[in-house]
Amino acid sequence: MSVYDQVSATRGRQGGRISAAAGYLAANPATAICFGVLLLFVLMAVFAPLIAGDPVKIDPAQRLTGPSASAYWGRDHLGRDVFARAVYGSRMSLLVGFSVAAIATVFGVAIGIYAGMSRIGGAIAMRLVDAMMAIPAILLAIAFAALMDAGILTVIIAISIPEIPRMVRLVRSVVLGVRQQPYVAAAISIGTGGLPLVWRHILPNTLGPVLVQATYACASAIITSAVLSFLGVGTSPEVPSWGGMMADARSFFRIHPELMVYPGVLLSLLVLVVNVLGDRLSDALDPRKMVRGSV
Amino acid sequence: MLGYVLGRLLAAIPIFILVAIFIFSLVHLTPGDPAVLLAGDNANPQQVEKIRERLHLDEPLIVQFGIWAGNALQFDLGESIYSNKPVTQLIAQRIQPTFVLAAVTLFLTVAIAVPLGVIAAWRANGWIDRGIMAFAVLGFSVPVFVIAYLLVYFFAVSLRWFPVQGYKPLSNGLLTTLHSVTLPSIALALVFAALIARVTRAAMLEALSENFTRTARAKGLGTFRILVIHALKSAGIPVITVIGIGFATLVGGVVVTESVFNIPGIGRLTVDAITRRDYPVVQGVILFFSALLILINLLIDLSYALFDPRVKG
Repeated sequence: MSVYDQVSATRGRQGGRISAAAGYLAANPATAICFGVLLLFVLMAVFAPLIAGDPVKIDPAQRLTGPSASAYWGRDHLGRDVFARAVYGSRMSLLVGFSVAAIATVFGVAIGIYAGMSRIGGAIAMRLVDAMMAIPAILLAIAFAALMDAGILTVIIAISIPEIPRMVRLVRSVVLGVRQQPYVAAAISIGTGGLPLVWRHILPNTLGPVLVQATYACASAIITSAVLSFLGVGTSPEVPSWGGMMADARSFFRIHPELMVYPGVLLSLLVLVVNVLGDRLSDALDPRKMVRGSV
Repeated sequence: MLGYVLGRLLAAIPIFILVAIFIFSLVHLTPGDPAVLLAGDNANPQQVEKIRERLHLDEPLIVQFGIWAGNALQFDLGESIYSNKPVTQLIAQRIQPTFVLAAVTLFLTVAIAVPLGVIAAWRANGWIDRGIMAFAVLGFSVPVFVIAYLLVYFFAVSLRWFPVQGYKPLSNGLLTTLHSVTLPSIALALVFAALIARVTRAAMLEALSENFTRTARAKGLGTFRILVIHALKSAGIPVITVIGIGFATLVGGVVVTESVFNIPGIGRLTVDAITRRDYPVVQGVILFFSALLILINLLIDLSYALFDPRVKG
C-alpha cells in the first residue's frame, strides 16, 4: 500500500466513523426523544409571539392572581403573564447556550490546534489555560457580567471566557495524540505541511470530541446564565429569563411555590436534554461502545 | 518524593501570578471611572479626587498592580470601599459558614458518590447501573438553586424538619450548626455527587477489566474485597482528580447556595461586593478562592503518591 493509499484510506475510515455514529444515534429512542424536546424548545423560542401574550406588560391590579384564560399559569407579583414570561424565557437560555457553545468552539479549536502544533506557543498557551482554570468559572462570569454594562452580549462573553480554556485543553490533547499517528508522519513525509495538514488530518480528528464538549458547554452555559439572572447580575430584570423569574418568585415562595416551579422545571428539562444528547454523542463517537451496539 | 513536592510547588507559582494578573485586569479594564462610581451621585470633585488618591487610581496600571500584588503577598488585600474594613478581616469573619458548608458537602458527596459509582460499575449495564447513571445525569442537569428550593419546599416549609434559611455558628454547638447546613449541603452535594459517581464508575470499569482483578478473582477473593480493596484503590487517582476539578464547581455552587439560604459566608460577601462594585473586596475574594483552588489541586497532586507508588520515585 502506497503512502497515498494509506492516507486516503484513513480519511475514508474517518468519514465512515461519523456516519456510523449518526446511524447509532438514530437507532436509539432516548436520543430521538431528547432531540424532539430540544426542537420543541427551539420552536417555542422562535414562535414565542404566536404562542404567548405580552411578557413585560405590568398589571398591578391582577398581581399574583391564579390561572385564567388570559394568563394560563397565572400572574406574578407585578401582574405579568407567567406563561408568556416562561415562553419568552426560552429565548434567553437558548441564545446564550448556543452562542457560548459556538464561541467556545471557534476560539477553543483555533487556540487548541495552535497549542498542539507549536512547541513554545503551546507551552505559553497552556500556562494561560491553567491560570484561567484556577479561577472558579461562575465567579469569573459573575464578576465580568456585573462590572461590565448589563446586556445579553456581556452575559454571553462572560460565560464564554471560562469555557474557552476547557475546549483548548481538550483540542490540544487530541492534536498531540493525532500527531503521533503514522499517517500524519506519512502526510508530513510527502510534503503536506502547515494549513493543509491541519485542515485535512488534524481538524477532522478533533471534530467528535469538540462536538461533545460543545454540547456540554451549551448545557453549562444555560445553567450559568440562569445563575447570573437569579443573582441579579445578568440582563435587566424586565427581559424575561427563567433565572430572573425564579429570583422574582423568591419572596412569594411559601404562598406561591408554582411561580418557582414553572421556570425551574423548564430550565432543568432543557439542560437535561442537552446533557443527554451530549452523552449519547459521546457514546456514539467512542468506537469501543459502538461495537457493543445499542445500550 | 521531595523533588516531586518541590516541582509541584514551583509549577504553582507562575499560575498564581497569572491568576493575579487576570483578576486585576478584570476589575481595572472594565469601563467607567471607579472613583466617580464610588463617590456616589452627590459627591463633589474633591471627594472623587480623594477616593482616586486613596485607591491609587491615578497611577499607571502597572504601578497599581505592583502596589496591589505587593500588599497581597503580605496578606493585605486593601480595604472595602463600602465598610472601610480590611478585606482580609471581612474574609476571616465570613470563613466559618463557607468552610462548614464545603466540608459537610464534600463528606456527603463522597459518601453518596463513591458507593454509587462502585455499585454501578459492579452491575454495569444492568438496571441498577442505568438507574444510578440516570440519577447522575439528572443531578448535574438540575441547577443547584432549583434543587435547593425543592428541598426547602419539602423539608423546611412542608415537613418543618429544617430551617428555611440562616446559619447557626459553631459557638451554638456542632449539632445545631450541622442542622442549619443540612439542606444547603445536600443541595450542593447532589450536583457534585453526580459528577463524581460517573467518574468513579468509569474508573472502576477500567480497573475491573485489568489483569490484577482477574488474578484476585482467580485466587478466590470475595466480591467486596475485589471491589473495594483492589479495584477502588486503583480507581483512586481519577476519582481524586475529579474531586479537585469539581472544587471549582463547588465554589460556584457555594456562592449560589449561600444566596438561596441566606448564609453569611464568603459567597454572599462576593455577591454583595459585586453588586456594590466594591472593587477591593471583589479582587480579594476571587484571589482568595483561586488561591484555595490552586492549593487544593496541589494537595491532590501530592496525594497521588498515596495511590500510585510509581509517583514517589
